[in-house]
Amino acid sequence: MTDSPQAANASTGVTTDTADAFLDPTASLRHAPGPYFGEYGGRWMPESLIAALDELTDTFDKAKADPEFTAQVAELNRTYAGRPSLLTEAKRFAEYAGGVRIFLKREDLNHTGSHKINNVLGQALLAKRMGKTRVIAETGAGQHGVASATAAALMGLECVVYMGAEDCRRQALNVARMELLGATVIPVTSGSQTLKDAINEALRDWVANVDTTHYLLGTAAGAHPFPSMVRFFHEVIGEEAREQMLAETGKLPDAVCACIGGGSNAIGMFHGFLDDPGVALYGFEAGGEGVETGRHAATITLGRPGVLHGARSYLMQDDDGQTIESHSISAGLDYPGVGPEHAYLADIGRVSYEPITDAEAMDAFRVLCRSEGIIPAIETAHALAGAIKVGQRLAAEGGDPSEKIVLINLSGRGDKDVATAAEYFDLLPDDSAEAEIGKDGEQL
Amino acid sequence: MTTQTTSKAAAAIDRARDAGRAALIGYLPAGFPDVQTTIDAALAMANNGVDLIEIGIPYSDPVMDGQVIQDATVQALKNGFTVERIFDIVEGITSQTDAAVLVMTYWNPVMQLGVREFARRLHEAGGAGLITPDLIPDEAGAWIAASDEFGLDRIFLVAPSTSPERMERTVKASRGFVYAVSIMGITGARTAVSSAARAVVDAAHGAGAERACVGLGVSTAAQVKEIAAYADGVIVGTALVAALRDGGVEALSELTKDLSSGTGKS
Ligand SMILES: Cc1ncc(COP(=O)(O)O)c(C=O)c1O
Repeated sequence: MTDSPQAANASTGVTTDTADAFLDPTASLRHAPGPYFGEYGGRWMPESLIAALDELTDTFDKAKADPEFTAQVAELNRTYAGRPSLLTEAKRFAEYAGGVRIFLKREDLNHTGSHKINNVLGQALLAKRMGKTRVIAETGAGQHGVASATAAALMGLECVVYMGAEDCRRQALNVARMELLGATVIPVTSGSQTLKDAINEALRDWVANVDTTHYLLGTAAGAHPFPSMVRFFHEVIGEEAREQMLAETGKLPDAVCACIGGGSNAIGMFHGFLDDPGVALYGFEAGGEGVETGRHAATITLGRPGVLHGARSYLMQDDDGQTIESHSISAGLDYPGVGPEHAYLADIGRVSYEPITDAEAMDAFRVLCRSEGIIPAIETAHALAGAIKVGQRLAAEGGDPSEKIVLINLSGRGDKDVATAAEYFDLLPDDSAEAEIGKDGEQL
Repeated sequence: MTTQTTSKAAAAIDRARDAGRAALIGYLPAGFPDVQTTIDAALAMANNGVDLIEIGIPYSDPVMDGQVIQDATVQALKNGFTVERIFDIVEGITSQTDAAVLVMTYWNPVMQLGVREFARRLHEAGGAGLITPDLIPDEAGAWIAASDEFGLDRIFLVAPSTSPERMERTVKASRGFVYAVSIMGITGARTAVSSAARAVVDAAHGAGAERACVGLGVSTAAQVKEIAAYADGVIVGTALVAALRDGGVEALSELTKDLSSGTGKS
């Protein structure tokens, strides 16, 4: 493999801690520091941004070790985000999952409605530490944009959000939400006008304004230190869940399920269990209209290693290395890349990644609504659909299914998805204003 | 910087230097609007005063490029450009001119073809080497090995934000010249050359670079003249692409001639 960054590492003397973990099966997988996760990760970035990445790495490393910073994060989590988030046993949903016990980690109950708040609060604090006055962010459906605008408002930072023009049109109300919070939303008309192009545009802004501006990346992807830093701010999910599971059931779950966009909610949850070999970990990617149709976002399932947005990882690309557009009913999973730590965890077999189609996700979405009174985000519905399969497989192994436990990261609530779901399930009267809007793919 | 007699880029810059001027380096995207036009346009640049030709590989996610180049590369991809054709273009140019031909490329297309295979074919086509906007020396182990094997130039970028330590490392890793980014930003014509450009060139020379060329935002003969006073070469992209787009090869030739009038060191 002449183009492996490990060759690069060897020649430039950069050590790879996670590569050592690969060789030693007893080594801990937790707290992988980057820049490399096996042969993934790194910094495939313009030189102009390296100084900013160095500054961020340095600030983050110091902050992590500073009790004042960790106390600040913990305080915001407790008094602003609403942590710890609840753990809810889903007894009626469990009937659809082979009768195993199902637990939901309720990130949907966080302020702004998803796990995204964990990361933005941490990064906004770092931005302040670096003396930056402005944050920029990319967003697909608008969840990360809303979370970024929220953190910026809270901390008195200017906020600019890049959003594909197509996504702006489909998510007009989330655009309004960001603007209510004082952010400026810039529609991106370049390329495919979706999330990946919003990231390109944010990077172009960052190159030009790096002195005043922090790029508040929304997922555990991108150049070092973003993957390990974003994971750090989400580790609280897995830490809390592990403790709550032990308190509720006296043992660890048999399986943990999460959906994978860029991979932030999943890596935050998985981190708590990476060193527990008895806990099977499952990441569910967006299978879109079916992986055989080509219209999907199943990056690990069907992609090949490549570099995009600063990291080497699995990537949806053509033979020439041009990025292929992804497709998913869920805007938050509609990304042709994935965080490098997931690529590594896939290769070593620690986490299993499987695709879930739009239809499977929407079935699970409806099941959760009706069995538990919880409307999940459509992103999250992919984890629910996957958990149904995992539960059924565990039950099929024999024995008393109620002895088996599956934990699901309920990464977000579905308020933002009501119009999509209403349209999908044909719940809108033809003459309603909503149906009129829905025809154009708008969301409420 | 390794000075190898095989460096085609260095030789081209030195020829200009011997003639008492800075080298003029002209950029065009491959396949815009088609492969044959790229070859014709590159030859026209060479015949009108360009010393080094830089051909960009159109890429789906060009984070260092502004609107004009983005639009041109999107057009090239729409018109069916594939990476394979870059070697035809390089060969088409080098077989008809002495000007050195560099390929500018984001890294993923090279990685997908295979770094060594890419280097082998570029060498075979008569290319001088690569300019790599999103590859830093830290990640370039495979490319350093392949470019050594095939005697190709490695043009890394340095920026106003580059630390002295990184400047030294990047200059050492480069061959041919170092690309001094004039401004914190992306490609696109600008009305004034940033004062940062001179500082970057001075830092590169101070770190041992024998040749440092300035790019990003240069679009007029007056700007070329200003930069030629302190740099070893001047890189023009967006303005040439816009000329080709709006007035074809003829307009491109005119602009090239005009730009080259600014390269004198006097
Ligand atoms: C509720 C929810 N879950 C999951 C995701 C996917 O992102 P990630 O994989 O980074 O958790 C998103 C992204 O918008 C989201 O809003």
